[in-house]
Amino acid sequence: MSLHLWYTEEHSKNVRFSIKVSEHLFSGVSEFQKIDVFDSIEFGRFLTIDGLMMLTEKDEFIYHETIVHTPMAVHPDPKNILVIGAGDGGVIRELTRYDIVENIDLVEIDEMVIEASKKYLPQTACKFDDQRVNVYIQDGLKYVRTKNNEYDLIIVDSTDPIGPGEGLFTREFYGNCFKALKDDGIMVNQHESPFYNDTKLAMQRAHKRIKESFPIAKVYQAHIPTYPSGYWLFGFASKNYDPIEDINKSKWSKLGLTTKYYNLDLHIGSFALPNYVKELLNQNE
Amino acid sequence: MKMDQRRMPIYQALENLKTKRIVPFDVPGHKRGKGNPDLTNFLGEKCLAVDVNSMKPLDNLCHPTSVIKEAEELIADAFGAASAFLMVGGTTSSVQTMILASCKPGDKIILPRNVHRSVINALVLGGATPIYVNPQYNEELGLALGMNVDDIKKTIDAHSDAKAIFVNNPTYYGICSNLKEIINYAHSKNILVLADEAHGTHLYFHNALPGAAIKLGADMAAVSMHKSGGSLTQSSVLLLGKQVEQSYVRQIINLTQTTSGSYLLLSSLDISRKNLALNGSNIFSKVINMTEYARQEINNIGGYYAFSKELINSDSVYDFDQTKLIVNTLGIGLTGHEVYDYMRDEYDIQIEFGDLGNILAYISVGDRHLDLERLVGALAEIKRRHQKSRIFMPPFAGYMNPEVILSPQKAFYSKKESVKLEESIGKVSGEYLMCYPPGIPIISPGELISKDIVETIKYEKSIGAQITGTQDMNVNYINIIKEVL
Repeated sequence: MSLHLWYTEEHSKNVRFSIKVSEHLFSGVSEFQKIDVFDSIEFGRFLTIDGLMMLTEKDEFIYHETIVHTPMAVHPDPKNILVIGAGDGGVIRELTRYDIVENIDLVEIDEMVIEASKKYLPQTACKFDDQRVNVYIQDGLKYVRTKNNEYDLIIVDSTDPIGPGEGLFTREFYGNCFKALKDDGIMVNQHESPFYNDTKLAMQRAHKRIKESFPIAKVYQAHIPTYPSGYWLFGFASKNYDPIEDINKSKWSKLGLTTKYYNLDLHIGSFALPNYVKELLNQNE
Repeated sequence: MKMDQRRMPIYQALENLKTKRIVPFDVPGHKRGKGNPDLTNFLGEKCLAVDVNSMKPLDNLCHPTSVIKEAEELIADAFGAASAFLMVGGTTSSVQTMILASCKPGDKIILPRNVHRSVINALVLGGATPIYVNPQYNEELGLALGMNVDDIKKTIDAHSDAKAIFVNNPTYYGICSNLKEIINYAHSKNILVLADEAHGTHLYFHNALPGAAIKLGADMAAVSMHKSGGSLTQSSVLLLGKQVEQSYVRQIINLTQTTSGSYLLLSSLDISRKNLALNGSNIFSKVINMTEYARQEINNIGGYYAFSKELINSDSVYDFDQTKLIVNTLGIGLTGHEVYDYMRDEYDIQIEFGDLGNILAYISVGDRHLDLERLVGALAEIKRRHQKSRIFMPPFAGYMNPEVILSPQKAFYSKKESVKLEESIGKVSGEYLMCYPPGIPIISPGELISKDIVETIKYEKSIGAQITGTQDMNVNYINIIKEVL
């Protein structure tokens, strides 16, 4: 007899997305949230928090390559990097591929995410023992508040702005990130989706708040099959580098990194947004 | 506590009522919400189903004999009072009851000037004459403190015919006077002690907090359950000591109280009292810890000063309520009003109030550490983006000893005329004027308008404080007494 166990997530009140589950590997409730890891035939293992998809083994490369390589191809000298959230390890896996990176501080509020990922998601949580990686179990907003002029790049890999992630979509957070960055620093962030209403409002608010804190605030996109609508945005904010004008293509090519999703043409193209998204970004909430 | 504090008689009576499925041919006319679908959608069916009228199984607030009576006894037991009243007109109604029950027209009442406007309104209603005692003032922080015990003794000696003394316990800013000493002296002269505990519900439920009035022997205390106690807005509790005749106080309450007391408010008092009695100590330990944490983090930012027990001086600051998170903002060159506005307009954070030099962020059991981080993060950002050089309080902005020419009631009913603010100096005010919040009058009806008062009003206006109370919405004109009737 075959097992009929399905993971179902509501992408909107009226739209559901389901994956057939082959095994429920982990379930835990931390101080902050409920964490689950499942196995599936189609997407491999996947991590959910409070019933929302964080990553699957099959499509996580798109998200992690997009959020890491885009700023890394622009900043000329990214040595000291702060990662907020990202307890699954995917962001640091991509970052540790760069020899130029000297230090990575990862600030995750929930230790259980890291522990569960290390145990059940070795595909992403494979570089926690890299010498350059320091893990801090702390609130991201609290961490950046104490930092001044320290980082070349901040990557904000947050959950949605409901629950423990909500402080990472606020003006006080973006302002404190600005302060924590050096004079030529870059901040990239998970920027929600423009498609369904709930994430659309969060996306607009995030953009408004980032624009208030950074002189350059651009938005780029990727196709992520297991996120609501499959269409997801990222934010690129910086003190002086433009993500297209200041890209150093030959330098990045010389690194010889093999990527499954990211390439330099896609980098340029990812900043070309559909009209409806442009319109949403130009609107005030 | 001697009674079974797990009981919730009003809540239970409402639950029983729901199961009986009684057909309502009585008010309210929305008939459990069915007659007003928009309202029911908005507030929820559960809420509308218990918005009901007094009836036999639910007792009657004006003359309680069953479940409301038991709920009041449970409150008295939980707070250590001789008796208690459930109040549905806000703590304003509790304060007014205390004053009307202790002073007849023409009687004297001793009180600090930094009282809430509801206190002076009670003087208008009842015709009592105020004898003001200076609250002390901290010039550096721009902060009104408690009353000096020697000042009170002198005032009592000079007005031994006074009927009552009124004390804030604590003030809006968490500052307590030496209430025990005040009670001892007042009682030795047969003067009643009335405590405004609008900001003091929690004092009854945690050992590390300043003393609660009734436990220290006060005669009456007005307690805002809806602030730190967690009940619905507008619900309140009036506590009585042993010496006060309960039936007379009930008569006073019934002079002005609605005969349709809301069961939403009453049940919220019942449920909140149970929670406080059973879990209060844990709840307020958490609140104290959260506030202490936030205070430390804010002081680490630099420039801000989140003060606490170090202000205690055994006199004008006899004790400090450490659940109050008050931050002095003058060190970063911004007024409390400015920081208050930045918090709301730029950071989506609503704080309780900002005054000339301070902001108050209200911390309760409903807060999460995450939210505290936002509060601290926003303060750090406001400093980074808007910091200026330190502000020093203008000399006239401190406490001003009011000169009472007419009783508030006489002033209220006198003929008045409207004059330009600048032309009002030397005249007797016919109305209130205050910054809201905190709602403490700069001038009250019957008081002489001095040059310093006009300067203070202009200064408050110039820094964007929200001034209310006058008939003229722009506060360019003020009503003065033309003719005493």
